[in-house]
Amino acid sequence: MTISFGNPDRPNSYIGKTVPRPNAPRLVQGRGKYVDDIVLPRMAHVVFVRSPHAHARIGAIETAEAQGVKGVLRIFTGAEIAEVCTPWVAVLAHLKGLKSPPQHALAVDRTCWVGEPVAAVVATSRAAAEEAAALVDVDYTPLPAVTDMMTALDAATPVLHPDMGDNLAFRRLHEEGDVDAAFASAHKVVEARFKTARHTGVTLEPRSILVDWNPAEGQMTAWHATQAPHMMQTVFAKHLDLPEGRVRVICDDVGGSYGIKVHVYPDEVATAAIARIMARPVKFVADRLESFTTDIHARDHEIGGRIAVDADGKILAMDIDDWTAIGAYSVYPRTSAIEGNQVVNLCGGPYDFAHYRAQTSVVFQNKTPTCQYRAVGHPIAVAVTEGLVDMAAAAIGMDPVEIRRRNMYADDAYPVTSPAKMRFEGLSHHASMDKLMALMDYEGLRAEQAALREKGIHRGIGIASFIELTNPSPFMYGIGGARISAQDGCTVRMDPDGSIVALSGVTEQGQGTEAMLAQIVAEGVGVPPARVRVITGDTQVTPYGGGTWASRGAGIGGEAALQSALALKASILEVAGAMLQAPSEALDIRDGQVVDTATGEARMPLEELGRIVYFRGDTLPKGLPRELVQTRHFITSDYPFAFTNGVQASYLEVDTDTGEVKLLKHWCVEDCGRIINPQLVDEQIRGGIVQGLGGALYEEIHYDADGQLLNGSMADYLVPMAAEMPDMIVGHVETPTMESALGAKGAGEAGTAGAPAAVMNAINDALRPMGAQVTAMPFTPERILRAMGQIED
Amino acid sequence: MTEAFRDRIDIALTVNGEPVEARVPAGRHLVDFLRLDLGLTGAHAGCEHGVCGACTIQVDGQAVRGCLMLAAQADGAEVWTLEGLTEQGVIRDLQDAFVARNALQCGYCTPGMLASIKELLDMGGVPDRATIREHLSGNYCRCTGYEAIIDAVETVAQARAGRITA
Repeated sequence: MTISFGNPDRPNSYIGKTVPRPNAPRLVQGRGKYVDDIVLPRMAHVVFVRSPHAHARIGAIETAEAQGVKGVLRIFTGAEIAEVCTPWVAVLAHLKGLKSPPQHALAVDRTCWVGEPVAAVVATSRAAAEEAAALVDVDYTPLPAVTDMMTALDAATPVLHPDMGDNLAFRRLHEEGDVDAAFASAHKVVEARFKTARHTGVTLEPRSILVDWNPAEGQMTAWHATQAPHMMQTVFAKHLDLPEGRVRVICDDVGGSYGIKVHVYPDEVATAAIARIMARPVKFVADRLESFTTDIHARDHEIGGRIAVDADGKILAMDIDDWTAIGAYSVYPRTSAIEGNQVVNLCGGPYDFAHYRAQTSVVFQNKTPTCQYRAVGHPIAVAVTEGLVDMAAAAIGMDPVEIRRRNMYADDAYPVTSPAKMRFEGLSHHASMDKLMALMDYEGLRAEQAALREKGIHRGIGIASFIELTNPSPFMYGIGGARISAQDGCTVRMDPDGSIVALSGVTEQGQGTEAMLAQIVAEGVGVPPARVRVITGDTQVTPYGGGTWASRGAGIGGEAALQSALALKASILEVAGAMLQAPSEALDIRDGQVVDTATGEARMPLEELGRIVYFRGDTLPKGLPRELVQTRHFITSDYPFAFTNGVQASYLEVDTDTGEVKLLKHWCVEDCGRIINPQLVDEQIRGGIVQGLGGALYEEIHYDADGQLLNGSMADYLVPMAAEMPDMIVGHVETPTMESALGAKGAGEAGTAGAPAAVMNAINDALRPMGAQVTAMPFTPERILRAMGQIED
Repeated sequence: MTEAFRDRIDIALTVNGEPVEARVPAGRHLVDFLRLDLGLTGAHAGCEHGVCGACTIQVDGQAVRGCLMLAAQADGAEVWTLEGLTEQGVIRDLQDAFVARNALQCGYCTPGMLASIKELLDMGGVPDRATIREHLSGNYCRCTGYEAIIDAVETVAQARAGRITA
C-alpha cells in the first residue's frame, strides 16, 4: 500500500497537516509528569559531594559528621560504588585512535574536573542530604590542571592521564585532491581564525532520575529524563551486572533535552547503583550549579581556515585546522570525538569544489566533559565555511549571495559525493536560496541598509547556507561497537472499540513526536488522529529503538509507524472482507469506517469489526487471520545519513558606540523532505534558531586558568530571553528522501546549525565599511568594540 | 544550615481557594511547600535563584517567584497555582491558544509562563509585541524561541479586548 501524497484531497489526509499535539493540553494544565513529580514509597534522595578542584588526588574521605545529620541513611565513596558498578571506556572502533581512560560512576583516587562526583549522601529528604554533603570532608591534594586547549599537546604541559601517553584523545586528517597546488595557483586566498565558545544546553528541567530496585522481582526500574531509554537500559544492565531484560527505563515528560539528556552521566549511574545496594527507590535531581558543572558542554573549538577562489568566485579549495578540548574523559557511549569529526565532515558542505583538507585535534583537559549537543558540529562548520565564503566574496568584490549561487551544488546534480566524502541523495540549495531572496526582499533590504548607512545607522545582512545530517544509519555509532539502535520500531493495534494504540521506540522531548506519530498512524490506518493513542518512553512496552537524537524521530520512527499502520489496515481489511464477503482490495478504511473503495459507501464502523473479532470470533471463518496488531521496524540502508539543506539570513543593527547588536529579523528556508506537521516543523526551526542565536551573542562558559568554572548560574551564563529575540520567517522546499515511503528527513537541528553563521556574517557586513571583523563567538559588545579599535587595553 | 532554619512555623493560607494549615520548616521555599507538601507539581523548580521563572505562581494577585519566597512568608496569603487557575477556568482561552499555536514544547516553563502572562493580561488592553516580550523577559524557554508564545498572548489579548468592546 502506498499513499498518494501529491493528492491533498485523498482520504484520511493527515500527513502534511497541522494537527494538535495530544500531550499539549496536559502540559498547559499543570498535569505534566516529570521525574521530580514522581514520589514512591520509601523513596530516598541522593546528593553528590563534588570536587572543588580541577585536578586533585583524593585522600581520606571523612563522613562521621555528615553521618550524624538527622535523616541521613548512608554515605558512599567511589570505591564502594565501584564494587557494584564497573567503569566504562568511551571509544568507538570507527574513530580510529580515539582513546579515553576508564571512568567510574564516582571518582576513585583522582578527580579530573570541578564538579566531578566524589561521594554520595543518601537521606530521607533532599534538604538533609544537601546539609550532610556539605559536611563530608574529602582530603584533596591538588594536581597541576590542564586548561588551555592550544597548549595541551606542548611538551611543557603535564599529561592528564599518564596511562594514555599524551593529551591527544583523537586526531583525524582528511585530504581530497591537491590542496596545496590549488592554493598556490589561486586568484585569491583568504584566511581567518574562528572561535566557538564552550556552551551547555541549560535544559529548564535539570537532569533527573529515580531508580528503584526490587530484589523480590529481580527488577530495576528507572524513571529517567532521557532521550534514549533503550540505550540506558543496556548501560544500566551492563555496568550493574543485571540481565538486560530485568531493567526497565521509563521516560515520561522530559523538560528539555537538546542532546544534553542522551549521554551517560556518572551521577545517574551512581544513583542506579545506590538503588541496587539499598533496595529502595532513590531520586537524583541536579540543581542548577550541578547542571552547569556536570551537564555536558559543547562547541569549545578554535579553527584556522583558508579558502582559495578564482577570479569568478569559484571555490578552488578549503583548508581547515580544527581544535577542540573535551574535558578529562570522552563521554560514554557516543564519545567526545564526534563533534570534531563532524567539523571535518561538514565544512564546505553546500559547495561543489574539489580540493579539501581538514584536520581535527581533540585534546584532554581538566574541565567538564564535552559531547553531542543540538546540531553537533554543524554550527562550527557552518560558521567557518560561511565566514570564509563571505570574506572571499568581499575580497573579490562580489555579492555574498552571488558567490554562493556560483558554488552551490546544482539542484539537479544529485546524487553527489562531497570532497569530505559525504553522500547527498537530493538537496535544493538553489531553490532554497531563491525562496529566501523572495521572502526577505534581499534587494530591498540592501537598499534600506545603504540608505540608513548614510544616516550613520549600521545594519548588516548575513547569509548562511548549510547542510544538516539527519536519519543516521548504524554508520553513526553502531559500526563503532556502541549498542545504540539506528533502527526503530512501532507496534500498532486496534482495540475492541475501534481505537488505535501505537507504541513507538522514538521518544517525546517536547518536539511533538507523539503528534507526528498519531497523524501518521491515523492516515495509515484510516481513523481520525484523536482515535490514536501514542505510547513512547517505556522499554518494557515499546519496540526496541534508538529514541531521539540526530534528527531521526520523524524520518526513522515515522516510517516505522507508517509501515505498521498500513500493515494493520491490511489486517483489518482482511477480516472485513470475510465479514462483508467482499474482496479486501475493494475495501478501504476512512474516518474509522470500513468503506467501499470505489464509492466511499460506509460498510461497517471499526467498533463493530472490533466487537466481532474480540467477542464473537466464533462467527468468523475458522483459520481467518485476525491479528489486529502489527509491528514494523525501519532502518535506512541506501545512505549512511539523509542530509538536508537550508539557508538562513539575519538582519541586525550594530550600535557602534556600545557594541550592542540588535536582532531585527531572521529568516530560514530549509528542506527536511516530506513535512508531516507544518506547525511542528516551523517551531522546531524557530526554537533551533534561537538556540543558535544564543551561541552567537550570549553563551559562553568561562573558566579561569586553574580550571575553576566562573559562571555557573543562570544569572551569569546568559541565554536568549524573549525581549532580545527577533521574529522569524520560516519557509520550506520539500525534497523527500526516496529511502522511505514517508520521505521525511529531520528538522530539529537546522535552526541551530545556521543561525550563528548568519549573525556573524551580518555583524561583519555591518562592520566591513569600518574595516572591522569579528570571528570569536559570542559576539559581545566588548568583542565588537575591540574589533572596531574602540577598546585597546 | 543555621538553627533558625530548623525552626518550624505554623502558617494558614488559601491555596487554589482551599484553606491550608501547615507547620513548615522556616527554610522551606514556597515552591517546595506547594510541590512536596501539597502535591501541586504544576509549578517547577528550574534554577532556584529567581532567574528562570519556571516556579512563577500567583500570590495575592501578583506573579511571584516560588523559589524566592518562603512558605512562612505566605502566612495569610491567597496562593493560586496552575492547577487552581485551570479549575477556575480563568485562563482557558490562554491555554487553548497555547495549544493551538504550539506555544510550548517540553512544557517545563509553561506553568510559570502562564502565571506571568496572566499578570500581563489582567492589566487589560492589548499590549504590543515588544511589551509582551519585555513582560516575559524573566521567563526562560529553551524550546520555542518565544515567538509562538508572543503570538498566543497577542491573540488572546486581542480576543479579550474584542469581547469587552463588543
